[in-house]
Amino acid sequence: MNEFEPKVVAFVCNWCTYAGADLTGTSRIKYAPNVKIIRFPCTGRIDFMLILKAFAKGADGIIISGCHPNDCHYTSGNFHAKRRWMVFRTMLDFLGVDVNRITFSWVSAAEGARWAEIVNSTVDAIKKLGPYDNYRNMVNQETEVNNG
Amino acid sequence: MDKLRQKTKELLSNNEVQIVVGYEEGTAGKARPAFISSPDQADTLIYDDRCIHNLAVYLTQHKLPGNTKIAVVASFPVMKSIITLASEKQLDENFIRVIGISKDNNIIEFKDFADIERYINQQDLTFTPEEQALIEKIDAMSMEERWAYWQNEFSRCFKCYACRSACPMCYCTLCITDFNQPQWVSVPSHKQGNFEWHINRAMHLAGRCIGCDECSRACPLDLPINLLTKKLSMDIQKQFGYSAGQSLTEPYALSTYKPDDKETFIR
Amino acid sequence: MATENYKLLKKESLPALFDKLTASGKTIYAPVKKGDKTEFDVVTKYSNDINDEYIQTVQSLKETVFPKVEKLFDYKSDKTDTSIQEVDFSKFPQNVLWGLHPCDAAAFRPLDATFRWDYDDKYFLTRIKLTTVVGLSCSKHDDYCFCSSVDISPASGDGSDILLTKNKAGDYLVEIITEKGQEVYDMAKELFGEISDDKESYITDVPKKFELSELNKNLDGSFEAPYWLAQSMRCIGCGACAYVCPTCTCFDLQDEGSANKGSRIKCWDSCGFGHFTLHTSGHNPRETQSQRWRQRILHKFSYMPDRIKVFGCVGCGRCSRACPVDMNLSEHLTKIMEVPKHE
Repeated sequence: MNEFEPKVVAFVCNWCTYAGADLTGTSRIKYAPNVKIIRFPCTGRIDFMLILKAFAKGADGIIISGCHPNDCHYTSGNFHAKRRWMVFRTMLDFLGVDVNRITFSWVSAAEGARWAEIVNSTVDAIKKLGPYDNYRNMVNQETEVNNG
Repeated sequence: MDKLRQKTKELLSNNEVQIVVGYEEGTAGKARPAFISSPDQADTLIYDDRCIHNLAVYLTQHKLPGNTKIAVVASFPVMKSIITLASEKQLDENFIRVIGISKDNNIIEFKDFADIERYINQQDLTFTPEEQALIEKIDAMSMEERWAYWQNEFSRCFKCYACRSACPMCYCTLCITDFNQPQWVSVPSHKQGNFEWHINRAMHLAGRCIGCDECSRACPLDLPINLLTKKLSMDIQKQFGYSAGQSLTEPYALSTYKPDDKETFIR
Repeated sequence: MATENYKLLKKESLPALFDKLTASGKTIYAPVKKGDKTEFDVVTKYSNDINDEYIQTVQSLKETVFPKVEKLFDYKSDKTDTSIQEVDFSKFPQNVLWGLHPCDAAAFRPLDATFRWDYDDKYFLTRIKLTTVVGLSCSKHDDYCFCSSVDISPASGDGSDILLTKNKAGDYLVEIITEKGQEVYDMAKELFGEISDDKESYITDVPKKFELSELNKNLDGSFEAPYWLAQSMRCIGCGACAYVCPTCTCFDLQDEGSANKGSRIKCWDSCGFGHFTLHTSGHNPRETQSQRWRQRILHKFSYMPDRIKVFGCVGCGRCSRACPVDMNLSEHLTKIMEVPKHE
């Protein structure tokens, strides 16, 4: 049976969530293989355009994860990120983008099991939502021969 | 209008400023921006309901030699733009005189930017019922309806960037759309290019827009893109208690944070 | 005022004519009422929303021969080989542009001259060969129109394959101008009649604001004139004028995709943008708005006629109507004419 396997892109910070994901692996905890992890020094570095580009390139779902408040390796990067996401999520929702396809989380370097839970629950949710055809159809416009 | 023309003649004759930026009669009964450089031109200045262009856009265009002193006729939105620009350190107070126009069409001689800030905070700064209704209409739509609505509007856009050029807050000498290493924002006016442009514009104006609606008015295709920045302004005011154009010193909402900013969606 | 013989197309025949055109595989663009504006749109059937009394639309139909976004080719690249896939020119549509005013019809001439200037642009030339223009003369005009000042008459058939003039009965006097026009007539002969009527009586009079040949002479040597700065003060440097203009052809080339596959796209650009002439070195020969404004005028009224024998303006007035700050082109040109000629 061909079940839809979503593509999920995870933007994570190096010091907390990435380390946490490492711990998931070293603990031999199995989790959904649908996620591609992209490592950033800090969630504060995550530009909102990256999220749009991920959807444009074929992502069906996105995870953005970093250090818990007050634990940021750079002190305040995650606070800036939080404000940015609060505004960007409002923007996306206003435009009719499915914000349920984006999971935001704080996952620390010690939370290996929790990372697996975040990924698994996100992949399950995206499976139910299906492929993000709306966004992909918008992008494929450019390859049509344009007749004015 | 007489007082405005008088003031203009005075400022130019005393060489307190070299240019006065205001409004004049345009084509087909419209008003348009005017640049008055000598007292005898001052009688072409007008001020009435048709004078809605945001003249603050000319304050960062640097078309004149750097030491030119400018006076600008400032309606309420223009005043707010000036304060926002000043809070971002884009204006030199020594080179700009602001001739405010009050709601009952009297001129206000501001001594300095702090004076303008005081005046602004004495006015009603809430969003009008009309503005709220426009936003609520879209908020009330379902997610699919919103997607369809904006995709339809954006499909008409042809990336003329009139919205960007008319906005006083869009003063970057190298706009993000001009970056081509990498080409971050897709250039052609296909759906993806338009979507990325309008999101970028709204996000870069988040918390900086003062709601003059110039973007939508300048748009030759009447796209309601003022609603994007207005929605974010309303949201930022609700979430962070910050509004653009009201303070010379409070930092811009997205350049700062409070540890207790309340969100509802981070797991 | 002279009564002459014309073919006659009655208004009630239009639905049948549109049906025939659609059935023959043609895509029809017609001026359609949208609120209090009129815009060109694709129609498959005639309807009462089609406006034959509009003065001008916001956007022109140059996008039918010079699309806003046009794919030039696809590319594919693997470890050893790169290949290019051309677009299928046989899929380009046959278009009937219905109800264009004489200014818009005349605009195809400078477009053609530009796209044949130093090489033959296959994309444009293929599209224009497949285009039939059914023009509509003008019974009204507004303050922004200045076709007569650029030597175009509101009754001119130049650039149209068929020219229609609406008479007092609401029917159309028909002039068949080219072979393409004859083909349309031949396809639907039974829908056309004959009539004697006075075409001129239905045409609006657009007063001349300036003499074109004198403007051209006046602009010679105006490069260092001081009026460019004064005129361009309120220009905010957007691309609205260039985009709505039926003769502007500036374009950008963008490669979109990845290293392995993608396409090259031609899309609209404007010489009014600040970075239009920015060099890789960082030097910008037109770094001020006044230089760019001067370029716009000289290009259309001096360089083009001097080099490719055609003016780059048809007096439709769209630029001035669309401009957010009322840079009224004909007003500026008239002011230039009032300045003594520079040596």
